[in-house]
Amino acid sequence: MPAIWVYSEIYAGRPAPVALELITKAAELGETTAILFGRDAAGAASVAGEFGAAHAIVDARAEYDQHLAPAVVDTLAALVSERQPALLLFATSYDSRDVASRLAARLDRGVVTNATGIEATGDGFRMQTPWGARTVAVCELTMPGTQIVLVRPKAFTAVNSGGTCAVEEITGQIAAASTAIRVTDTVEESTQGPLLSDSKVVVSGGRGLGNADNFGLIEELAAALGGAVGASRAVVDAGWRPYGEQVGQTGVTVKPDVYIACGISGAIQHLAGMKGAKTIIAINKDPDAPIFKSVDLGIVGDALKVLPQLIGEVKGGR
Amino acid sequence: MRILVCVKQVPDPNTVEYQIDPATKRLVRDGVTNVLDPGAEVALEAALQLAERDGESTVTVVSMGPEEAVDALRRALAMGANDGALITDDGLVGSDALSTAKALAATIKEIGFDLIVCATESTDGYTGMVPGMVAELLGIPHLSFIRSLEVNGGVLTGQRVVALGYQTVECRLPLLVAIASGSHEPRYPALKGIMAAKRKKVEEYNLADLGLVASEAGEAGARERVLELRPVEERQAGVIVEDDGTGAAQIAALLRQRGVI
Ligand SMILES: Cc1cc2nc3c(=O)[nH]c(=O)nc-3n(C[C@H](O)[C@H](O)[C@H](O)COP(=O)(O)OP(=O)(O)OC[C@H]3O[C@@H](n4cnc5c(N)ncnc54)[C@H](O)[C@@H]3O)c2cc1C
Ligand SMILES: Nc1ncnc2c1ncn2[C@@H]1O[C@H](COP(=O)(O)O)[C@@H](O)[C@H]1O
Repeated sequence: MPAIWVYSEIYAGRPAPVALELITKAAELGETTAILFGRDAAGAASVAGEFGAAHAIVDARAEYDQHLAPAVVDTLAALVSERQPALLLFATSYDSRDVASRLAARLDRGVVTNATGIEATGDGFRMQTPWGARTVAVCELTMPGTQIVLVRPKAFTAVNSGGTCAVEEITGQIAAASTAIRVTDTVEESTQGPLLSDSKVVVSGGRGLGNADNFGLIEELAAALGGAVGASRAVVDAGWRPYGEQVGQTGVTVKPDVYIACGISGAIQHLAGMKGAKTIIAINKDPDAPIFKSVDLGIVGDALKVLPQLIGEVKGGR
Repeated sequence: MRILVCVKQVPDPNTVEYQIDPATKRLVRDGVTNVLDPGAEVALEAALQLAERDGESTVTVVSMGPEEAVDALRRALAMGANDGALITDDGLVGSDALSTAKALAATIKEIGFDLIVCATESTDGYTGMVPGMVAELLGIPHLSFIRSLEVNGGVLTGQRVVALGYQTVECRLPLLVAIASGSHEPRYPALKGIMAAKRKKVEEYNLADLGLVASEAGEAGARERVLELRPVEERQAGVIVEDDGTGAAQIAALLRQRGVI
């Protein structure tokens, strides 16, 4: 079984949801090790085990939270050079991209980014990545040695199989030059209701709503359905909604049971973040809006008229 | 302070549907309208605002691309950058992220810098790898997803977007920052700026100037191989109806069927 490492970011004391997706997948492909660095690494290791990691390499020092990617790469590069796992997986997420890019440059290795599928071929791995609007590329890395692959969130499903992992505690060498960055504060920006990335229902609004105040309709429908609020980049850029609600290529990837897009045109970058939804519903007044190519049900109409009626239907029907 | 901004020319995302040429397995760039990457405009705007605030900085835009990418540089100069550098060489065609980063890093070393500014990801490649690679190759730290920034006494402070909010961060220069999309509203070049841009200097570099070897760059040096292109799985066509007053009821019916109501 090939050795597969998953670099796992830690959110609120647990491996990030996307890290658990990667660990679950890695456990299918080989013998999995979760790489956990930072203040909460020790506690996160047991969760990694539940999702299929056989081993965890833990360095539980706050230096990594404080000094970010340069410090992480010092420790990780030394480990990878010494032990040479067959595959090293990262999520396409904030800190992981920083670590992966610096690591690849330091080790002088190529990377595959934005992978949505991985197969083992016996002597290596093949990745699927979306390329352009209409194609998926099947590709491989040509250099022998550790293959570095970044995977998009929600490409795989995290499954808690209730296992445990063997924890190895290490203390990596962090160079003085790698401690230049300092995180001086972390501020949570409040969101109400369920976490967007994991909600079963997502109601999203776009520029077609006309103004920020009309987003009240989106909030009301989301609340009535017990779902989360999403937004297109156009309205995040316009300052109507916080970045944390942006769905798409440069925002959150969601895979809910139901996604309702209101006043959203359906640009390829938006679709990249929600086309995995089981059921997609759109309201758009333009019959030619690209979003209608991806829906189960499309209503050609004014969102400002349909939404209040729909809120009434939902509240009445509970 | 000497600020370098890495900018890329890309097919216009507002008018061009990104397609892959099945023969070359690369993005179709010929015969389409190319523009300065909208993400790079945001990064440049952040750099220009920084330079305007301290009054004694210069902004140099750096791009790797074909000869025509000079148009993207001219646009950046029209927005207010002081000068530009274009890295262009047939041997660079088909470069992967690491080869791109090596060419940029070699050029940036030649030019000299205090602060490097990139976008978090490019519109066409969207690997998000180039900024971190450039920083690593230059042996400097980097901060991604920066949405606001300030430099005082050689120390940058700023806000970095993370999953549930933001971090406040600080770091002494030299440093590379990647700017978060949408964080700065790019200015529209004025006619005066467009005229002035024609006289601004754009220095050209090729592989030999940078001491790089063709066999390690471009297609020849690529570390990734595309084996096959498959069409994306299309969703089954859905039901599209004109709202005649029953649209909401139809949605509600589907939501009931799915057990959401
Ligand atoms: C590198 C890059 C990354 C990107 N990443 C993302 C991303 O992560 N997420 C994202 O969303 N976008 C992203 N984008 C932007 C994307 O290309 C689109 O510009 C954006 O999604 C458009 O947002 P929108 O649909 O709200 O606005 P528009 O495209 O302006 O669409 C508004 C829609 O509302 C409809 N409308 C108007 N009035 C009404 C009404 N009264 N009732 C109903 N419908 C109405 C219109 O017909 C139109 O279809 C990215 C772009 C680039 C270049
Ligand atoms: N060919 C290039 N020329 C100049 N800058 C680039 C180039 N490719 C990438 N960059 C920089 O790196 C950022 C991220 O690009 P990418 O890694 O392709 O997603 C871009 O927004 C630019 O700032």
